[in-house]
Amino acid sequence: MLYAILCYHDEDTVGSWTKEQDAAVMQKLSVVQDKLTQQGRLGPVARLLPTTAATTLRKEDPPLVLDGPFAETKEQLLGFYVVDCKNLDEALDVARDLSRVNPGGAYEIRPVGHFTPGSVKP
Amino acid sequence: MTDTAWIDAALTSARPQAVGALLRYFRNLDTAEEAYQNACLRALKSWPQNGPPRDPAAWLIMVGRNVAIDDIRRSKKQEALPDDAAISDLDDAEEQLAERLDGSHYRDDILRLLFICCHPDLPATQQIALALRIVSGLTVKQIARAFLVSDAAMEQRITRAKARVADAEVPFETPGAVERSERLTSVAAMIYLIFNEGYSASGDTAEIRSPLCEEAIRLARLLLRLFQSEPEIMGLTALLLIQHARAAARFDAGGAVILLDDQDRSLWNKSLIAEGLALIDKAMRHRRSGPYQVQAAIAALHARAETPADTDWTQIDLLYGALEIMQPSPVVTLNRAVAVSKVKGPQAALDMIEPLAQRLSNYFHFFGVRGAFLMQLGRNDEARTAFDRAIALANTSAEAAHIRMHLDRLQRDSQPRGKKSGK
Repeated sequence: MLYAILCYHDEDTVGSWTKEQDAAVMQKLSVVQDKLTQQGRLGPVARLLPTTAATTLRKEDPPLVLDGPFAETKEQLLGFYVVDCKNLDEALDVARDLSRVNPGGAYEIRPVGHFTPGSVKP
Repeated sequence: MTDTAWIDAALTSARPQAVGALLRYFRNLDTAEEAYQNACLRALKSWPQNGPPRDPAAWLIMVGRNVAIDDIRRSKKQEALPDDAAISDLDDAEEQLAERLDGSHYRDDILRLLFICCHPDLPATQQIALALRIVSGLTVKQIARAFLVSDAAMEQRITRAKARVADAEVPFETPGAVERSERLTSVAAMIYLIFNEGYSASGDTAEIRSPLCEEAIRLARLLLRLFQSEPEIMGLTALLLIQHARAAARFDAGGAVILLDDQDRSLWNKSLIAEGLALIDKAMRHRRSGPYQVQAAIAALHARAETPADTDWTQIDLLYGALEIMQPSPVVTLNRAVAVSKVKGPQAALDMIEPLAQRLSNYFHFFGVRGAFLMQLGRNDEARTAFDRAIALANTSAEAAHIRMHLDRLQRDSQPRGKKSGK
């Protein structure tokens, strides 16, 4: 069984790390990741850009595009897609297509800042 | 030690909120700053032992406030404790501190703090210095180094700025919607200036000034967190991110300027560019264009080009045209002329900038750009005159060195064909 591990941290704190501090954290993380890769247990790894880069598509009819991250506490993160898009408009089109077949709730669109595809097969 | 790195990070990120709240309480910049510093000293003693508090900013505000009040009480004999009504606009401050700070206060405190630093009575240099001292917490020494002035001169500049702010009637009430958007504009301009101060550094001072760029980016991100749907703040942040992404490619080992065309694009910071592009993309969707968005869009077109030849100069020309309408300035026209020279050739560009000659008669870049167009047209003597003038007006040694390189090239080009350069 695969497990998604979602990372939460205070963005203000992470954002105020210096380049060196950030690199040091990433370096330590990569050591942990390398071990999992060797064991064939690591799936895709993505670091998202800050929440300020997020756009939300409310799956209403017609879908409503909002700024900022999706932060409705009554709804929970149920899964995620990683899709290759040229720009935000293209990503929104994909989200609209998805929302047409799966209405209700919202999609948060967050650009990926760093991506490691991994090697594990489910 | 990396053990304390998390404390540094927590203190830095909590600073604007904590100083802002202390300022709201004490209504005096010096008292607020001192209270914050005292709270930081206590944090350095307490946090390594007890672990970080759940909300570092709230902790700092509460401790800072208590220490400052104790100080005031201790000197009570000399000075009466300020009237409760004068030091607080809150009905029950204790209750307020006990609960988690609410989002709107957080936003207004930081905005007020930034706004006070860019008080309209202060000249731009003092605004920037004050913001770096109060909001960013840079030491006077660091700021002085960044502005290439002595510590004493910078100390004086900041002291003067504080005195002026204290004299002026500073509004402490929560700003209304109109006022808030006015404040936002001046705060954005101040962040832009801080960035430019760092960006215009020449090679030998780049290491000293580049932290200014990073600080400006940090403040822009903060502002964007507070105003998540303002396309101009997205544009500003995108602009700074994309410009700063090129930092490593902008100067050679000797500190000389490397022009965009000649930069090693593999040195550009891809993650900063990715974030900048995502933000400008998002901003453009609002269909509420503004000068920062247009500048960011221009920067984005350069960033998207994998080689200089891939640059979409036609689009850049159009964007500069839009910028000329929004923010008419001879400098914008001069920049547009560079795009025009790529699309329509140097003669069209030269025709475009000739009318600016009088207004830009003391502007380094005018003569540098004019010389380059003349050189492309083979009018070498005129080009040489323009370059000579540019060198006389250069602000940094890197700028002068860059023009000298052009002159050397002219010299080289004219020699094989005999002594043609009789001036």
